[in-house]
Amino acid sequence: MTEAYLSPLWISLRTVLTATIITFFIGIAAARWMSRYTGRLKNVIDGLFILPLVLPPTAVGLGLLLFFGRNGPMGQFLAIFGVNIVFSWPATVISAAIMSFPLMYMAARGAMEQVDVNIENAARTLGASEWRLFWSVTMPLAWPGIAAGTVLALARSLGEFGATLMLAGNIPGKTATIPVAIYFAIQQGNTNEALILSGIVVVIAFASLFAIAYWKGRTSITRTILQEREGLD
Amino acid sequence: MNRRLLSSLILIVFLFSILSLGGCSTPAPVTSTQTTTLTSTAPVIYNTNTATTTTTTTSTTTSTTTSVIVSSTTATTTVTTTAVGVTLNISAASSLTNVLNALSALFVQQNPGVTIVPNYGSSGTLQTQISNGAPADIFFSAAEAQMDTLQSQNLLLINSRKDLLNNSIVLIVPLNSTLNLTSFNDLTNANVKLVAVGDPKSVPAGTYATQAFDELGITARVQPKEVLGANVSQVLTYVESGNVDAGIVYWTDALSSTKVKVVATGPADVNAKITYPIAIINTTKVADTAANYINFLSIVQAAAIFQKYGFNPLS
Repeated sequence: MTEAYLSPLWISLRTVLTATIITFFIGIAAARWMSRYTGRLKNVIDGLFILPLVLPPTAVGLGLLLFFGRNGPMGQFLAIFGVNIVFSWPATVISAAIMSFPLMYMAARGAMEQVDVNIENAARTLGASEWRLFWSVTMPLAWPGIAAGTVLALARSLGEFGATLMLAGNIPGKTATIPVAIYFAIQQGNTNEALILSGIVVVIAFASLFAIAYWKGRTSITRTILQEREGLD
Repeated sequence: MNRRLLSSLILIVFLFSILSLGGCSTPAPVTSTQTTTLTSTAPVIYNTNTATTTTTTTSTTTSTTTSVIVSSTTATTTVTTTAVGVTLNISAASSLTNVLNALSALFVQQNPGVTIVPNYGSSGTLQTQISNGAPADIFFSAAEAQMDTLQSQNLLLINSRKDLLNNSIVLIVPLNSTLNLTSFNDLTNANVKLVAVGDPKSVPAGTYATQAFDELGITARVQPKEVLGANVSQVLTYVESGNVDAGIVYWTDALSSTKVKVVATGPADVNAKITYPIAIINTTKVADTAANYINFLSIVQAAAIFQKYGFNPLS
């Protein structure tokens, strides 16, 4: 019977880890691009990046389903290679990554824009390439904000339900993450299973938050996020 | 009064009027009308084979109308009493959505003053809701199991339970499917990657599907391919979308859709046991109207409509 708990736990851990890694790199890349972008479409692109945060997850799930579905543009393209995204484990990763991307993007962008431009210019006058500048100057200075963004993205991926259910469906042992398992346990009238799964999520959430706080050397994630937010305005 | 205060007041009044328009629909008189109905014109059921008679009486104090509906081919006559503003909450299985919407509209036509509020979902979900106190007056399940659970929890009105319908499960594929499936056993083929079924633990259609798989001995091979739906309508939608290769739904669901085709019927003995029971929940405040509704579903006119949608009415 513990299979009913271990399976969603294992699937959730794999999904959250993979999605957070993807969001980490893509979020930082997007934030760097947008912080330097001065074109006319800046607000439009910015809005698009933040859209998954504002829209209801079911609406995002519907969009993804239409996009990756058998009759959708990406679905038909992938079908050429025999790949089907809908109702597969990669679908859980895609849903989680897209829903948590805005959080990572906003935190990373805020952190990067808060870095004093004089320091960056000083590095340039000393002959640093843009790449070296990014890795040696910008990133370390922006790191607290980026770390906070990673925490938010991780938490969001863990709790992602609406888009996951629509795109990945409920396949026990393959795509049934903990939130999906909780939902179906309630449908079945199995409150005990739902409560135990919820307890597991709470434990994971706290463990992740404490681990990150310990790693950062601070005792409060909230204080970190609030401090970095001052740079966002 | 300064401007800010005035505009806040206007906003509050505006919101309040919108909320009251959209919200309450049962006026206070319902209770008084109801008790008068119960004491003075309680519904009576006659059994008669004689020719049709129609009687109408009007009570002047409460403006309720009593009408006798006689069907000449069945042996049951129903006297219905309508009270002003009675709301009937019906929790019914997803597969009954279309047919009950049609029948409820007919019932309301013949019983003005009654509002029917349907709640469709998987029988397991509905049973969980009712067990936890959801305000349903009638429960129309797609399987005996959920009704049995409510019975064991003493939530059913005594003697109100009735088996109304029979249905069958079928194997469906998307309309443009090229897999050439012809039987349930074909689900074990390598080219079938995803099969949609209802969650066996809460959706009767999923339970029946699993029974069919067990009988054919293919459960172990089909289970890794299963995508579980929260109700049978969702299973139908999955197949219609083409994102799964096949699905198990009721014959009535397949009939209602133009985007799927039926390729096989479930095993005869599994189909024979698919019974839809109906009962009144004993926390209801409108037991008489609920009883009238259930009787209405048994008359010939209703049976014909059930058959049109593909159900098998049990006499």
